[in-house]
Amino acid sequence: MSDGRPAANLGKDLVGLEPLSGDQILTILDTAEPFKEISERQIKKVPVLRGQTIVNLFFEPSTRTRISFEFAEKRLSADTVNVSATGSSVEKGETLVDTARNLEAMRIDMVVMRHGAAGAAQFLGDRISSNVINAGDGQHEHPTQALLDLLTLRDEFGGLDDLRVCIVGDILHSRVARSNIWGLLRVGADVAVCGPQTLIPRGLEELGVKVFPHIETAIEWCEALYVLRLQLERMNAGFVPSLQEYNRVYGVTSERLDRSDDEIPILHPGPMNRGVEIDSDVADGPHSLILPQVTNGVAVRMAVLYLLSGGEPEKADAAKEGEA
Amino acid sequence: MDREDVEVRLDALADDILEAGGHQDLVLVGIRRRGVQLANRLADIVREKTGRQVPTGSLDITLYRDDFAQIGPRPLIGSTELPSEISDHRVVIVDDVLYTGRTVRAALDEIADFGRPRRIELCVLVDRGGRELPIQPDYVGRAVEVESGRQVAVSVPEIDDDLAVHTVPEEPEE
Amino acid sequence: MRPTLIRGGRLLDPSRSLDEAGDLLIEDGKIASVGGRITGPDGAEEVDASDLVVAPAFIDLHVHFREPGEEHKETIRTGAAAAAAGGFAEVWAMPNTDPPVDNPAAVGFVRAEGERARRSRVEPIGAASREQAGEQMTEVGELVSAGAVGISDDGRPIENSRLMRRLLEYTQAFGIPVIQHAEDTELSGHGVMNEGVVSTALGLEGIPNASEAAMVARDLLLAELTGGHLHVCHVSTRQSVELIRRAKEEGVPVTAEVTPHHLALTEEAVRDYRTEAKMHPPLRTEEDRAAVREGLAEGVLDLIATDHAPHHYEEKEREFDDAPFGIVGLETALGVGVESLVRTGVLTLSELVDRMACAPARAMDLPGGTLRRGAPADVVLFDPNESWTVDPSSFESKAANTPFAGDELTGRVHRTIVDGRTRYRAEPDDRDAN
Repeated sequence: MSDGRPAANLGKDLVGLEPLSGDQILTILDTAEPFKEISERQIKKVPVLRGQTIVNLFFEPSTRTRISFEFAEKRLSADTVNVSATGSSVEKGETLVDTARNLEAMRIDMVVMRHGAAGAAQFLGDRISSNVINAGDGQHEHPTQALLDLLTLRDEFGGLDDLRVCIVGDILHSRVARSNIWGLLRVGADVAVCGPQTLIPRGLEELGVKVFPHIETAIEWCEALYVLRLQLERMNAGFVPSLQEYNRVYGVTSERLDRSDDEIPILHPGPMNRGVEIDSDVADGPHSLILPQVTNGVAVRMAVLYLLSGGEPEKADAAKEGEA
Repeated sequence: MDREDVEVRLDALADDILEAGGHQDLVLVGIRRRGVQLANRLADIVREKTGRQVPTGSLDITLYRDDFAQIGPRPLIGSTELPSEISDHRVVIVDDVLYTGRTVRAALDEIADFGRPRRIELCVLVDRGGRELPIQPDYVGRAVEVESGRQVAVSVPEIDDDLAVHTVPEEPEE
Repeated sequence: MRPTLIRGGRLLDPSRSLDEAGDLLIEDGKIASVGGRITGPDGAEEVDASDLVVAPAFIDLHVHFREPGEEHKETIRTGAAAAAAGGFAEVWAMPNTDPPVDNPAAVGFVRAEGERARRSRVEPIGAASREQAGEQMTEVGELVSAGAVGISDDGRPIENSRLMRRLLEYTQAFGIPVIQHAEDTELSGHGVMNEGVVSTALGLEGIPNASEAAMVARDLLLAELTGGHLHVCHVSTRQSVELIRRAKEEGVPVTAEVTPHHLALTEEAVRDYRTEAKMHPPLRTEEDRAAVREGLAEGVLDLIATDHAPHHYEEKEREFDDAPFGIVGLETALGVGVESLVRTGVLTLSELVDRMACAPARAMDLPGGTLRRGAPADVVLFDPNESWTVDPSSFESKAANTPFAGDELTGRVHRTIVDGRTRYRAEPDDRDAN
């Protein structure tokens, strides 16, 4: 587990992995370990967040992230309220500032927010005293997704240091890619990206990320391959000429993977476009970590909720010392 | 208490536990951290006496504490590992020191989330009094009076390189 | 009008390479006498200028006063007051109001409202195209007759190359510049900040340098082709500076401006999604900042203009993508200039005054921007060493959207005289505040 590493506090909000240290990220992964076991129990619930109120504020549609957070919250015994943009006051033109003020007035303990604008989570976190967890803000970050990915990789490889991970696809528009890049860099992994140049944002090399223009060389280099969803609208916006061509040039196929000497585990944040960025036999194949990712999602989110919640974290260590 | 005293007490506790209910459906569950080592020691003694290994488990009650809202989260949670079947068994909770009773209360809650034992009992090496809940031990190694400003510290070899019980100056209140 | 005698200041007039202690006498709205010890006429108001610089008042060729249409952000009156407080005698107001200033009546309104404000002179810039739609040329002659001093579609670029060519040709008869916000909006897309490592980290859509430079390159070719006076707004990129440098070497009739914020800040100011640092063109990289500083020092970029762009606080208090572009600049221009250019050794104080007062007058052939005898008495008195903390709540401007809020700046305006009349005077309390 902790390898004697001192546990690191996370602060009030989880906005992204960029501002976190490697120790903070590993603390979250370590804390997720015991939470995995809770989901295996007969009664999948611990009372630790009893009486705490959590609002899941989703300004963008989401199924799996919202459900995963909801499971995590309920298994920690929190009271949860789901608010989606459809039919809410948001559609009536309420600003995010007013939404924040209203949440504050209702004495919410934590807010899990997904929003279409980059920076929205930080914006909210800076304006309310409740804890804010970013469940995806525009193209900025999706930290809990990357944390569950890191946990899945650590489960698979035993460690993350020096692990060579390549992220394939639409890096430019992907908050998942950004959070994974930061997370992997922070814990000492080697990170590369691969995709058409139109979908690679500028400045990645400055961050220490390798860029592979060809999927074949990426597969040769990496120990694990992280495949991103290619959205249909990217074709309409002229980033790629067609989905068929994308599949031919960048699709992760068993034929391409078979050319590698090693067996390369495959991750995908879902939902998948089978036959576009990933072929079905890869997605359903023996090296797919896609379902373990989903399982780990609940444990990681429990860990994040647990670590951010409660009283004053700095007292925690003192309490541990004082215990007879 | 030095090592010899503690070993004598543990032997006597094992006798008491066996005498009260035998070993047939016995499960020894230690509370992290030092209760786990004591439970394992008791299991070893029971095996010497009966020739049978009784199942043991460990409980981390962090997530069941009643002072979470005051002290906040503790990042390092130990794992809870219980034998696959505790329902209809006789579970003996083992801890090093019994004081306020709040830890035992949390342990009872946690065990209930794993199943419904036939009976739950409590075994402690040291009872120092000062209960804040209506909880009493079934098996006590030694009851002690502790002067105000001091607290009981149990050492086990796996953690502290010693097997002993001392009183030490109290840690400041939270 | 009562004569004014300014006593004992440091007379600093880059237009005449003047930098010496002495007095300045103003009579009938003109500079009557400069330098030495002056015996004032009877009844003259004496102003003690000891420890202060006495210089030609500043001229800002690029401000947005939002009236008509968006008076909640700024009005011509509050804008003119902010200009006077910043040491400006004259400001050129962009026409992108609602409706835009694309007809003689609107030009007349801006001019008249500016006169009523009795602060800095407000000179209207007319729209280049009707409704600023970028298609049909406005009645440039009529606009000039009504008082327009230039034409621009600022807020947007003039993208249509044929229209730009015609404008550069047609305006020559009226002696006014075509003032261009240079941007290829297709390249900018929905960008909200500079494209680079910071936009990548923040997950915000970027605007590449080429978006500005490509349009600058086209405009320079058209200016060369036509011989019309092109004035390039708010240059922000290294590439644009290089293009303008080459064009000037070849004698292309171009002038160019740079804002205090592009001279002072980089894209790093956007981190934490600070909407106060969201502007068009965006704050660029360290390399670009060095290039515009160098360009200004060398005279490739002629002058400093603030692009004063007030917004209501609620409009900036929101998600970065949805916040409007622009910051206010009139009341911080001198302080930011001293802090980021003089104290860093990029410009001397005299050069800074030149870029803020003399160079705009040279570029647009204006009578101000000098302390020459007989010139309009546009004079600023400022303390170049006084430090002060930017408190937007004390601005004369209605708006407070500045990335310099809370910063300590050096160089503070004490008095602004426009056409011989004192139009701004710092509260004595303010002077003691720090």
